[in-house]
Amino acid sequence: MRLILGLETSCDETAAALVTHDGDIRSNVVASQAVLHARFGGVVPEVASRRHLELVAPVIREALAEARASLDDVELVAVTRGPGLIGALLVGLSAAKALAWGRGLPLAAVDHLHGHVASLYLEPAPLEPPFLCLLATGGHTLLLDVRARSGYRSVGTTIDDAAGEAFDKGARLLGLGYPGGAALDRLAADGDPEAFDFPVARLDGLDFSFSGVKTALLYAVRALDAGELERRRADLAASYQRAIVRALVERTRAAAEQLGHERIAVVGGVAANSELRASLAEAVLAPLELCTDNAAMIASAARYLTPVAPPGFLELDAYAAA
Amino acid sequence: MVEAVTSSSDETEAIAARLATRLAPGDVVYVSGELGAGKTTFVRGACRALGVGGPVTSPTYTIGHRYDGVSHLDLFRFERLTDADWGALEPYFEDAIVFVEWPERAGGRLPPPRVEVKLGHVDEHRRSVELASAEPDLLAGLL
Repeated sequence: MRLILGLETSCDETAAALVTHDGDIRSNVVASQAVLHARFGGVVPEVASRRHLELVAPVIREALAEARASLDDVELVAVTRGPGLIGALLVGLSAAKALAWGRGLPLAAVDHLHGHVASLYLEPAPLEPPFLCLLATGGHTLLLDVRARSGYRSVGTTIDDAAGEAFDKGARLLGLGYPGGAALDRLAADGDPEAFDFPVARLDGLDFSFSGVKTALLYAVRALDAGELERRRADLAASYQRAIVRALVERTRAAAEQLGHERIAVVGGVAANSELRASLAEAVLAPLELCTDNAAMIASAARYLTPVAPPGFLELDAYAAA
Repeated sequence: MVEAVTSSSDETEAIAARLATRLAPGDVVYVSGELGAGKTTFVRGACRALGVGGPVTSPTYTIGHRYDGVSHLDLFRFERLTDADWGALEPYFEDAIVFVEWPERAGGRLPPPRVEVKLGHVDEHRRSVELASAEPDLLAGLL
């Protein structure tokens, strides 16, 4: 077997995956710290770095076992270099360097956001550029002009909160805990999306802003007494979700039209939102298990990059900002 | 301590910008306030004055953003910091002015602040801005 070993430790997830050069996923292991966080009420019991350190070797072993492969089958190591939390990124990057150095393998340093886009290039239904990609996660909301599999050009971004963060913080304001984007989605199913009018800022160009709508929800919640809030919670959730999704859909379609793209794709955790999926029915969506952070997408992106031979990659540093 | 009420996010950013020009690498600024009180807005104003050109977005999910000479941390997702955490956050304090949202979650493990900023809701558009520092000269004539 000739396999690419992907590693991802940019934020909460410690992940390893084995992918073929043709984009077949042989294993895709994610040790989700979200499970751990849930036990602590959604907060991080400690910075992810130490958990990554404890988990990185076990997830690599599990990925190899699930793929029925050994390190002898690996011919390229791919790892997320940024953006993310520096301490967390360094765990994956150092593990990848050590493995590649020890085995005399080349290393591909992958941009996390390129990884999300490359989740669309995996089997069984790989997407061929050109297309307009909406990348919406807890930390980023971007519109990407994708013309080749080796990269993308950002044409729009949130100027304040990411869409996923807006969902999570909205859930918090509605008493659904944090992160509660999925819980808000479920609650919204029982509500009237037109009950409240939450304005979403309309910026020039293709940028997004979700800070204002969060504040509008806060004030709507404050205006209600406890009993009324309980009765209207589903309506608030549905109206809030409608406002965010409408902004995402409008801007995504506008970007596709401006750039002459006939196809739209959606990647990142927000792609799991049911209203977004229904409202942007024409879009290609990454499979759900590849929407949240994972290492298969990192290995996938590495297929379109020029890897660095040893020992040159030892100088690679992590980067925090997008 | 000095305080003011701003009637727009632009006004909040302008106060932060004036403060930022008085700070130096190594300075730590705590920025407190409820959800939607304008913490990220305040930090954006400071970042702009310090030459950061691109988007200054909320670091809630990623915990830290690093720009040239400026770091923006957000401890919202923490219950409290441990000693091990401090090691992971330390790179953000090297050669940077550091703005920390939700500093109360640090449980006293952060370096002491040169300035403490407290933001509060007055109504949907107006915010109270309170600045405190052990050096009164630092805040003189700022508002």
